[in-house]
Amino acid sequence: MVKELDVIAVREDFPILKREVNGKPLVYLDNGATAQKPKAVIDALTRYYSNENSNIHRGVHTLSQEATSAYEVAREKMKAFINAPEKETVIFTKGTTDGINLIAFSLGREFIQEGDEIVISAMEHHSNIVPWQMLCEQKKAVLKIAPINERGEIIIEEYQKLLNSKTKLVSIVHISNTLGTINPIKEMIKMAHEVGAKFIVDAAQSAPHMKLDVQDLNCDFLVFSMHKVFGPTGIGVLYGKKELLEAIPPYQGGGDMIKTVSFEKTTYNELPHKFEAGTPNISAGIAVSAALDYIEGLDWEAMHEHEAELLAYGTAQLKSIEGLRIIGEAKEKTSVISFIIDGVHPYDVGVIVDKMGIAVRTGHHCTQPLMDWYKIPGTIRASFAFYNTKEEVDLLVTAVKRAVQMLK
Amino acid sequence: MNIAERQAEVIDEFSMFEDWMDKYEHLISLGKELPLIDDSKKLENNLIKGCQSRVWLDAQLEGRKVVYTADSDAIITKGIISLMIRVFTDSSPKEIMDAELSFIDEIGLKEHLSPTRSNGLVSMVKQMKMYAIAYQTQV
Repeated sequence: MVKELDVIAVREDFPILKREVNGKPLVYLDNGATAQKPKAVIDALTRYYSNENSNIHRGVHTLSQEATSAYEVAREKMKAFINAPEKETVIFTKGTTDGINLIAFSLGREFIQEGDEIVISAMEHHSNIVPWQMLCEQKKAVLKIAPINERGEIIIEEYQKLLNSKTKLVSIVHISNTLGTINPIKEMIKMAHEVGAKFIVDAAQSAPHMKLDVQDLNCDFLVFSMHKVFGPTGIGVLYGKKELLEAIPPYQGGGDMIKTVSFEKTTYNELPHKFEAGTPNISAGIAVSAALDYIEGLDWEAMHEHEAELLAYGTAQLKSIEGLRIIGEAKEKTSVISFIIDGVHPYDVGVIVDKMGIAVRTGHHCTQPLMDWYKIPGTIRASFAFYNTKEEVDLLVTAVKRAVQMLK
Repeated sequence: MNIAERQAEVIDEFSMFEDWMDKYEHLISLGKELPLIDDSKKLENNLIKGCQSRVWLDAQLEGRKVVYTADSDAIITKGIISLMIRVFTDSSPKEIMDAELSFIDEIGLKEHLSPTRSNGLVSMVKQMKMYAIAYQTQV
């Protein structure tokens, strides 16, 4: 029997959850866009600027040493969080988008030739579509799209059919931001490796919900953003297999990423610094430690149980609304509910529920091709975190019913 | 009535509503009453794409006045469009070009004209003025 998550206690850790919006207590159900921050993270940012602020990896003075150690401690913690084999394989980026662009640029430059194939899926976020389109255009490579079924699951047999000796790269979302679908990524990685392709996992939505283990997954790269994992904005992670990170060229040139520079020849720094040109987001890096400490301190099993309960309860309650259709009904699904209502535009619903203090996302969720596939303009999406409650689900349902009443 | 007077009229009308719900219900009913744009005018080049909702806008010069017709797939957006059209109705290109639109702000719907809403309304207002500039050369 899993111990129940003490949601009331957990909510106390998040100052923003106490505020009001439009005169109503905030009901924050847009965690898929960004998660709220615990006080520990906010305090870490303030503490850094109040006590430690200085540039890292270069000063001999005490402040710089302290900041450097704190930043590198964050890398250690991140290594443990994703079970990376070595600290050097953990690169700090600006976020998921930055990570994918880095791979597309560096790996693409080195390994992609004319006629090569890159496979993505029909449920990808624009950030896992556009960088590959740009690469394909540049290299005259071909982008292949693994199709999905009506429930919003990748059709694995069709995915497998796309893989062949020309497939050099596969880049797939672990959990869909729009549908909540959890893709069978481990199995898909194995299939890609059988044809010799490299596999990139877009873990933007999975990192806050499930324990990631890059060694168990055996992925070649994995990327996510910390702001969705209760950490600060502007920092993310790129994990890559060491031999690959060593084999590919740097993404950006500048300070920190070099060993020696002369006008004739520059030699690059070792991993991870080779991919971290310029002064990094030091404060965010240091706050990553606080975020990881915080979530590692939670009972993940209890957290899963609670989120699964919110998903099941929310789905059942919303389905009781006439004309409401859930978009994304995968068997394996995380706590995201996307829905549309007959005769009502998602935008109008979003505007009205906002007036009632409820934050949901409306629109195409940066997955326009997926919306086109479903032939809908967009959805209303409620995405839950462990600090959400059943009472908040009830408020959402009441607000949506009210909106429908007003709009129909 | 000129544009300023029509804006004052709208402000007066909205001042009757005490809470947001009455205000939005009124806006929704205005949206529903807005005459539908002719399908022949729902063309790609009349479409203003927002991230959230889409807006179609057409403008014709009739005599010395600009006549706008518009539509949106979202009803609240349509309600606001209906107010814009009402304020600009029966006006010359010059009057529209010179108009300061303050009523949206004053009736507490400013957030709908924020670029972050990406509902197509900001672009629509810009486009309405662009049509006025273009027709100014023809009157």
